[in-house]
Amino acid sequence: MVTIASTVNGRSSPGILSRLKSRRYAAYWMVLPLVILIAGLVVYPFVYSVYLSFENKAETKFVGLKNYKRLLNYKTFWLVTGNSFRFTLTAVFFKATLGLILALILNNLPFGGQRIWRGVSLIPWVMPLALSSMGWWWIFEPTHSAINWIIVQFGGTPKPWLSDPFWARVSCIVTNIWFGTPFFMIMYLAGLKSIPESLYEAAQIDGARALQRFRYVTFPMLSKLIGITVMFSTIVTFANFDIVRILTRGGPRYTTHLFGTYAFNIGIESGHLPRGSAVALFMFPVLGLAAFFILRNIARGEE
Amino acid sequence: MSKVSLENVCKNFGNVEAVSCFYLDVEDKEFLVLLGPSGCGKSTTLRMIAGLEELTEGNIYIGDKLVNDMPPRDRDIAMVFQDYALYPHMTVYHNMAFGLKLRKFPRTEIEQRVKEAADILGIQDLLERKPRELSGGQRQRVAVGRAIVRKPAVFLFDEPLSNLDAKLRGQMRAELSKLHDQLKTTIIYVTHDQVEAMTMGTKIVIMNEGIIHQVGSPMEIYDYPVNKFVGGFIGSPGMNFLSAKIVSEKSRLYVDTGGFQLLIPSKKNSFLESKTDQEVILGIRPEHIQDAVFTDETSITDSFKAVVEVVETLGAEVQLNVVSGEHDLIARVDPRTKAARHQEIELAVNMEKIHIFETEPPNERVKTEE
Repeated sequence: MVTIASTVNGRSSPGILSRLKSRRYAAYWMVLPLVILIAGLVVYPFVYSVYLSFENKAETKFVGLKNYKRLLNYKTFWLVTGNSFRFTLTAVFFKATLGLILALILNNLPFGGQRIWRGVSLIPWVMPLALSSMGWWWIFEPTHSAINWIIVQFGGTPKPWLSDPFWARVSCIVTNIWFGTPFFMIMYLAGLKSIPESLYEAAQIDGARALQRFRYVTFPMLSKLIGITVMFSTIVTFANFDIVRILTRGGPRYTTHLFGTYAFNIGIESGHLPRGSAVALFMFPVLGLAAFFILRNIARGEE
Repeated sequence: MSKVSLENVCKNFGNVEAVSCFYLDVEDKEFLVLLGPSGCGKSTTLRMIAGLEELTEGNIYIGDKLVNDMPPRDRDIAMVFQDYALYPHMTVYHNMAFGLKLRKFPRTEIEQRVKEAADILGIQDLLERKPRELSGGQRQRVAVGRAIVRKPAVFLFDEPLSNLDAKLRGQMRAELSKLHDQLKTTIIYVTHDQVEAMTMGTKIVIMNEGIIHQVGSPMEIYDYPVNKFVGGFIGSPGMNFLSAKIVSEKSRLYVDTGGFQLLIPSKKNSFLESKTDQEVILGIRPEHIQDAVFTDETSITDSFKAVVEVVETLGAEVQLNVVSGEHDLIARVDPRTKAARHQEIELAVNMEKIHIFETEPPNERVKTEE
């Protein structure tokens, strides 16, 4: 036993420096900056907010799950939960559908025009969301805004876009759809480009009309990409902050608050940071689930 | 009846003429091969018949129907693509059944037809698999299966064997020929591989740069190429071309390559007399150049001397790369040859099989017999 151990030791002590230089360790060195970055920007804030959510308002006492329990008894919290799901499901559904339609239209344009329109239709997505939300706020703003002006021109009665609960929700969702559709479109467009033309030709010869070609070739070939894109967008949409913050600030009467804006409202505006953290952490299961499905799909795709 | 007629058909892409106007009749039950180098317009022609490409001009008839404006699904055709174009998300069974399903065939008939086709192609065990779980050869069979379940009037094949390895390709050639006998339908087959064309085709159409050069049976095209392009394209290794001159000495005609002279058989004289003292291109197939020691007695030969550069022993024959004067030639000689590198050898040319081509494009063959 002893002799074996000593020979092993004798063989495997080439000095720290050369060990660091070996290929295996070089890989770790290369990912280290990213690990530090993620640890600093993701892991630390996450762990800290978990810790924070167990404290009292003054951050002086550990109170366990009290913040969470309190939230579950708030009517407003359940309103916000409903808002968040309604906002996410509606917006993602329309983004996914419109994105697909746009991608199909773009993909059928002749090549030159396709490039221009592809660029144009990406604009909403590359614009900073806070800025474009300001633009939309101006469009919806009840007194001097574009939509109401048009309605009045056609003899209608102006609507209180941002102060009626229903229309305020619609406005937020429309803005989100406007912002997020290009992402779907560009993903789908890439997917469409990867479907070999001969599949469509084979389907044409097999007797498929345009709609059938979509149903039996395009859609099944895109389905995995659609799944990943929808999941990815679900995460981003669910955690949205800018649009609601700028358009409605959660109003009227909390009817447009999402988890993100509500957490800000409680944590920063009302000064109860621990409870705000608890609100934000309620997003975690939903986002975690979506992330799980994405990673599983990607891993499957690589098989 | 599944005759296919192409009348004055042409295709331009923008200002580029892809296929020049031509007439072509494909008889019922014929195995027609469109043969030519890549970019010659053969695939475009096939795709026009399929309806995947619009005609710039002309008419296409399948059976008695004018199909110019008919979508592919109504043309009663089936096509096998170069990359097979199997639907990756469907099982083999559904790949084959798809066309029948869209045409609303009853389930039992679909099942029966797919089973029939699978039996013919030996893929009964693969029906539940997805295309990605199949080998290249198996995918090929599925692609053919998808075509035959429909029992179309015309089969179109677009280079279906070019993604297979050499051995499998040989096997599939034989199987496609058998299939043609079995199905008794018209087949139009595009390939750049002359071996496929020669072995399977009952009629070959040779195309180059959008122009049809020759239409004929494999042996017609091999024995009587209309021009230098066809002569050079058919046969492997390709025909030797030598710039030469027809000369007359003591009322005998010779073809003079500068380095050596070959006596033209007297029965060809009447055709070549008018070419006396003119530049021509002499075409000799490698298989018509023999080691003079092992010539067969029955043919009229004349010989020349050359230096051997490369000896390639292929077993059944030996391929020699030789140099004579300024000419490089390839000869396929008897395996008993004593030829060795850098040594002189006497080679005999089968003079009945030589071809004389014009020097001016399109390098037409000069007729040398009836």
